[in-house]
Amino acid sequence: MGCGRVGSAVAKGLLADGWDVTVIDESEDALMRLGPAWRGGFVIGHALDTAVLERAGVEDADAAVVATNGDNTNVVLGQVLRKRYDIGTVVVRVLDPARAKFYADRGMNTVCPTQTGISALLETVQKAAPERAETT
Amino acid sequence: MYVVVAGGGKVGANSTRSLLQMGHEVTLIEQRPDRYARLEEEFGPVVMRGDATEISVLERAGIARPPELLLAVTGDDEDNLVISQIAKEGYGVDKAIARVNDPRNQTHFDLLGIRQTVCATTSILGLVEHEVPEHGLVRLLQLQEEGLEIVEVQITSNSPVAGSRVGGLKLPEGSRLISVFRHGRTELVEPSTVVRPGDQLLAVVQNDAALDLRKALLGAT
Repeated sequence: MGCGRVGSAVAKGLLADGWDVTVIDESEDALMRLGPAWRGGFVIGHALDTAVLERAGVEDADAAVVATNGDNTNVVLGQVLRKRYDIGTVVVRVLDPARAKFYADRGMNTVCPTQTGISALLETVQKAAPERAETT
Repeated sequence: MYVVVAGGGKVGANSTRSLLQMGHEVTLIEQRPDRYARLEEEFGPVVMRGDATEISVLERAGIARPPELLLAVTGDDEDNLVISQIAKEGYGVDKAIARVNDPRNQTHFDLLGIRQTVCATTSILGLVEHEVPEHGLVRLLQLQEEGLEIVEVQITSNSPVAGSRVGGLKLPEGSRLISVFRHGRTELVEPSTVVRPGDQLLAVVQNDAALDLRKALLGAT
């Protein structure tokens, strides 16, 4: 769900690995990101609309990747997919680190690119200047 | 009592005004700068600027006290859901009332355990059901010379005839059921046909029996 830069790349990767993939996005333009070789499914609509979800076949899905551009849409959608459709593996992208932690603490499988970025930047700087870090 | 109001639109602003007049302590959170400026003119330090779905903003608003009541009344249903969840599950806020903007999202609020919700659209439609006598009835065709009318009635789960066999129904004089449309198919009505919620019944009525038929099929709402 959500076919931006992240969602489209994940969808293509999963399809290449042999998964049967259907993408949901609000905009038809998202189909362009999947490229002309896209052989998976594509449903246009808001992913919180249960009719849209069911058209995409969530009832039979083994896994879901939730990566729309709204953190709150993603955490609500992640819970709907777990609780209502009983999907075993649900991964939810949450950009705000505090919200990602809040929902991760409650059992949600969240991925926070912002936190990953912060950690990587800190680590790189700390490695580059280890002595300075020790003296302060 | 202490109340946190998330969202300073019409609902949030008017609730804040009333709560303050009732003598309660209120913090109103609004994200949009233009709205915030207008609200601050009226309410002063009661208004706080920020995104109420951010935990740090809620903490600045005193969510950890915790407030006796939280109103999640932004124009975005996902935001209202997340605000209510963080307040209830993260900070033990006992009472959270959430606004449902799109009635189709009600099912998500129910699923995620946000029990106290208010949906203006659903409330208005509830009033329509009570106030508009023809609701649920569509007049399809009038044969004026013959004094006959073909009407369609949509059966709901509240209908008194749902679950009954047509043969056992007491229908008003001058009315006859013709057919039932369900699951994409039309069948002619037999005495053994059972009426189900969601059915669209086609009927022929004489003169002015349409409203009486509606009452018989849908109740006196």
